[in-house]
Amino acid sequence: MPIEKRAASAAEALADVSDGATVFISGFGGAGFPNVLIRALRDRGPKNLTLVVNSATHRYSYTHELIEAGLVRKVVCTAARGHSKEPSSFERLWMDGKIELECIPQGTFTERIRAGGAGIPAFYTPVGLGTELAKGKEVRSFQGRDYVLECAMKGDLALVRADTADRYGNLAFRYAQMNFGPVMAAAATLAVAEVRAVLDEPMPHERVQLPGVYVDRVVAVTA
Amino acid sequence: MTMQPLNRLQTAWRAAQDINDGMIVNLGLGMPVFVADYLRPEVDVFIQSENGVIGAGPLAPPDRVDTDLVDAGSRRITVRPGAAFVDSSWSFAMIRGGHVDLAILGAFEVAANGDLANWDMRLPNKGPLVGGAMDLAACSRSVWVLMEHVTRKGAPRLLDTCTLPLTALGCVKRVYTDLAIVDVTPTGMLVREILSGLSEADLRARTGAPLTFAPDCRPLVAPAIALPD
Repeated sequence: MPIEKRAASAAEALADVSDGATVFISGFGGAGFPNVLIRALRDRGPKNLTLVVNSATHRYSYTHELIEAGLVRKVVCTAARGHSKEPSSFERLWMDGKIELECIPQGTFTERIRAGGAGIPAFYTPVGLGTELAKGKEVRSFQGRDYVLECAMKGDLALVRADTADRYGNLAFRYAQMNFGPVMAAAATLAVAEVRAVLDEPMPHERVQLPGVYVDRVVAVTA
Repeated sequence: MTMQPLNRLQTAWRAAQDINDGMIVNLGLGMPVFVADYLRPEVDVFIQSENGVIGAGPLAPPDRVDTDLVDAGSRRITVRPGAAFVDSSWSFAMIRGGHVDLAILGAFEVAANGDLANWDMRLPNKGPLVGGAMDLAACSRSVWVLMEHVTRKGAPRLLDTCTLPLTALGCVKRVYTDLAIVDVTPTGMLVREILSGLSEADLRARTGAPLTFAPDCRPLVAPAIALPD
C-alpha cells in the first residue's frame, strides 16, 4: 500500500491521544509554534499530560490553553516565567502546587530529547555543574573536567510546525521554525506536523530537512 | 563624581570595541544585544542566536517582519549574508562543543573566581527562567558580562561569593560595567579601565571583592549615546 501520511484535519490526526501522555511541543519565540494542533489537543481533552515545551507559556503560543483547561499535570521546560507582572496561568497553578515543574537548561533540554530519539539512554554534559539544576545528579570526571549525567526523554506525542510537507511526511522548515521540531519528532511515538502547505508531488530531495521516517501525520492548516 | 557613569548603550558600545574580526559571538538578552549595533566597521563577525540562527542581523524594519525569523529574545530580526539555520540540538552542540568564541551575557552577580549568577532572581510570583544561559556560560570559549556595577539599591554586584543561584562556575573572563572594565584573573579582579573622575577608593567602595588596578589602567570613555525615550 502506498505510504500516505496526510490527515484530513488536526482533530483526525490527534484522535488516538490518551490520558497521561507525554507531549512534546516545538516552537521558539513565535517561530514554529504548532498552534492549530495545540488547540485541537485541547478540544480532544486528554488529562494528566506531561508537557515538554521550551516555554511553559509564551505570548505567541497557545500552550496556556492546555494549562487553563486543566489537562496538564507536569511541565518540563527551560522558561517558566510569564511575560507580564501578573502571574501567568502556569505560574498560578505552580505556586498553588497544582502543577509540577522541571526547569532545565535549554541545551540539556534539547539534547535529552535528541538522545531519546537516537538510542542513547543518557549522556554527560558540563552544563549545570555546581548549580541547583544539577543537584542530586551523578557527576563524573573525564580528562580532568567534571560532567553531569542527564537521562534521555521520550514522548508519546510530538506536535511540530513546519512550512511544507508531502504525503511521505517529509518536512521543510522556514528560517528559525526548525528549533526543536526534528528532535521532538524523532523522540516521540506519534509525531504530527502542521504545515502551511502539503505538496501534491513528492518534495524535491534537496529540500527535505526532516525525512518522513520521523513523521507520522501531516496536516495542512490555514493559520 | 565629576563624570556620569556610562549608560547601557555606552557600556554596550565599549564592549563592542573589543570584539575581533572573525569571531562567532552570542549576545544575551538585555544590554548585550545592543553590542551588535556598535561593532567596529572593519570587523566581520557572525552572531549566533541559540534558537538556531547562525548570522543574526539587525532588527527587521516593520515592512520586513517575518514571524518565522526571530532571535533567542523573540525579536523579529534579519540575517546577514552567509547566514544559516540549524535546529536547537545542533545549535547547542555548537555552544557546548566550544565553537562559539564569545558569549556576552547580562548578570546579577559575578564572583572574584568568575562564578556567574544571571538566571534566577527569585522574583515573587514568577517562575524560573534558565533558557540557554547555563549552556552559554559553561561552554563558550570566553564569557564577558555586561551589567551595572551596583544594584538599584546601591549594593555591589561584583562579590567575593555570589549570593544568588549560580549559572556556571568560574566562567567569567571580563566584566564591563557603567564604572569600569574588570578582568577576572586567577589572582582575583583586575581593573583595566575606570571611569574618569572616579577614584580607586570610590570604585572599591562600590565593589564587594578585592580589586587590583592594572599598572596601565586607563580611563573608561565612550562617545555620547542617547538612550531612547
